Amino acid sequence: MLKKLIAVCALTAVSVCQSLHAETDSNTTMLTNTCVACHGNEGNSNGPAIPNIAGLSPIYFIGAMLAYKYEDEDQLLEIIDGDVDFEDVEAFPRYSTIMGRIAKGYTEEEIKLMAEYFSAKEVVRPAQAFDVTMAADGKKLHEKYCEKCHENEGRSADDDTGVLAGQWQPYFLYSMHDFSHGARAMPKKMKNTLDQISSTVGHTGIEQLAHYYASIQD
Amino acid sequence: MKKLNRRDFIKLGSGSVLAGTAAMSIPHVAIGAAKKVVVIGGGAGGTIAAKYIRQADSSIDVTLIETHKEYYTCFMSNEVIGGDRKIETIKHSYEGLKKHGINVVHSSATAVDADKKVVKTAAGDSFSFDRLIVSPGVTFKDGAIEGYDTAAEEIMPHAWKAGHQTTLLRKQLESMDDGGLVVIAPPANPFRCPPGPYERASQIAHYLKHNKPKSKILILDAKDKFSKQGLFTQGWKARYDGMIEWVPAAETGGGITSVDASSMTISTDFDSYEADVANIIPPQKAGKIAELAGLTDDSGWCPVDLGTFESTIHAGMYVIGDASNATGMPKSAYAANSQAKVCAASVVASLNDQNMADPSYVNTCYSLIAPDYGISVAAVYRLAEDRSKIAKVAGGLTPGDASADALQREVQYAYSWYDNIVADMFT
Repeated sequence: MLKKLIAVCALTAVSVCQSLHAETDSNTTMLTNTCVACHGNEGNSNGPAIPNIAGLSPIYFIGAMLAYKYEDEDQLLEIIDGDVDFEDVEAFPRYSTIMGRIAKGYTEEEIKLMAEYFSAKEVVRPAQAFDVTMAADGKKLHEKYCEKCHENEGRSADDDTGVLAGQWQPYFLYSMHDFSHGARAMPKKMKNTLDQISSTVGHTGIEQLAHYYASIQD
Repeated sequence: MKKLNRRDFIKLGSGSVLAGTAAMSIPHVAIGAAKKVVVIGGGAGGTIAAKYIRQADSSIDVTLIETHKEYYTCFMSNEVIGGDRKIETIKHSYEGLKKHGINVVHSSATAVDADKKVVKTAAGDSFSFDRLIVSPGVTFKDGAIEGYDTAAEEIMPHAWKAGHQTTLLRKQLESMDDGGLVVIAPPANPFRCPPGPYERASQIAHYLKHNKPKSKILILDAKDKFSKQGLFTQGWKARYDGMIEWVPAAETGGGITSVDASSMTISTDFDSYEADVANIIPPQKAGKIAELAGLTDDSGWCPVDLGTFESTIHAGMYVIGDASNATGMPKSAYAANSQAKVCAASVVASLNDQNMADPSYVNTCYSLIAPDYGISVAAVYRLAEDRSKIAKVAGGLTPGDASADALQREVQYAYSWYDNIVADMFT
């Protein structure tokens, strides 16, 4: 959607685009203000169980929020199919403790505004403890299995995948637990990769990856 | 005479070559003194209002008046009472807020002159304002429980304002013998932190179970039901079976009526109980300065417009957080945080003569039953069309059949929630 907005800007008077991009409009601020008390200033979380949501791709963000909002997979698919802005969004139902209760309070249009806002924010990678050896092993695993889709050490959001570099360790481990226990859906490619990791290095591999991503702090 | 206001100026300025000359011809904007906002109270509401106004418009002069140099959060203070957390971890300073250009004044606001638009402090200073935001939290209703005065508070702590009272209650629990009786007396609605007394009972039970397992907790409630009741009851049964007894108001004729601190006696209309530790949480009303400023009504709370938090009694004065009558939202720190952001947007819009965005509100509240057993309630709200209510549009409780893993995660989310809300307030 971000790409689309930029495309719209190219065709429209400059002043309109300035109002879209130069400054966050007050409606967006009002909405994102409801997120940041839990997710941190500009989406950079200060608490290790709650993920950073700054710098995510808007498509990824929208996919997550829609999956929380529409727990029924058929309904989720229907919503995604029904909105041209969602054409790149894939339906991956995901388990949550609390986000499912919260996401239902926002409209699709509001979710788009939130996605735009947080995607434009710079990621502040937190100082968090990690084991140097585990991180080194995790780096190898990342390069072998993950880098292809989570490019640039897992920093990139370009493929509409999750940003892994600097993500909080506990959150990363919760997510991986949910993926591997069927509580969170994932693309086939990723499932195959995770199966390979677990059949070769087992859960230790996931922990090594967690240490590696935690070790990226700049 | 209607002068060209700032909004008109902005209209002229955008998309017009006249911008430069227009600016020259508006002395009202060009040489007017900075707009002044005074915020009273540096808690969950006041800190956020002050900061978010500065973030939205750094030309606005913001003064935050707060009595204490250090702030102890009520949220997470029950873990201090239960012994799993040190009081230092809930202590915060106002230094971070100064970096936003907020003038932080440590004194008590003692009077508000609504006509002259001036706040006076105990230190003898005066602060004039264009807009005033009052976020004083709660105070206790005088004489609501016979015998419970400021002297009794030191013997039967309320611990409903964190700090000294929190550590006092903790020390009493530490000194109590095994087999002792802890009485908790929660007030009738509305009051600060509706699930708080029951989280506290859980945290105290957690301590007693591992240290003084023959002890009991008796909750003499002034209500017949309470927040997250099903989840608490389920958690108590799972973790502290037989240790916590909850007595609804119907069984005591309405909860406690009097205390005698010298004999540690707590009385209802029907019975008297002798406690080893007594935690008396008295009925509440809006913080004192709200009443002094004439912002309260007969209920003891402050009526406000629910879309702006502007007082319906005094224009230009706003009340947020526990002190406000925010119909539809609970008196929680997170609600105060959310209300402060709506209020800040409204104040900035009104000072700049702009329309404010449609208000959006949220509440998220965790309660810790045990170190691996957390529960929560969350809600997203909108303003009702007739502005009569902050209406819940989504939300709910932790499901009753949540897995052990989910309950454990909720504890970790609660800690991270804490990290983020205090960062929002103080950095």
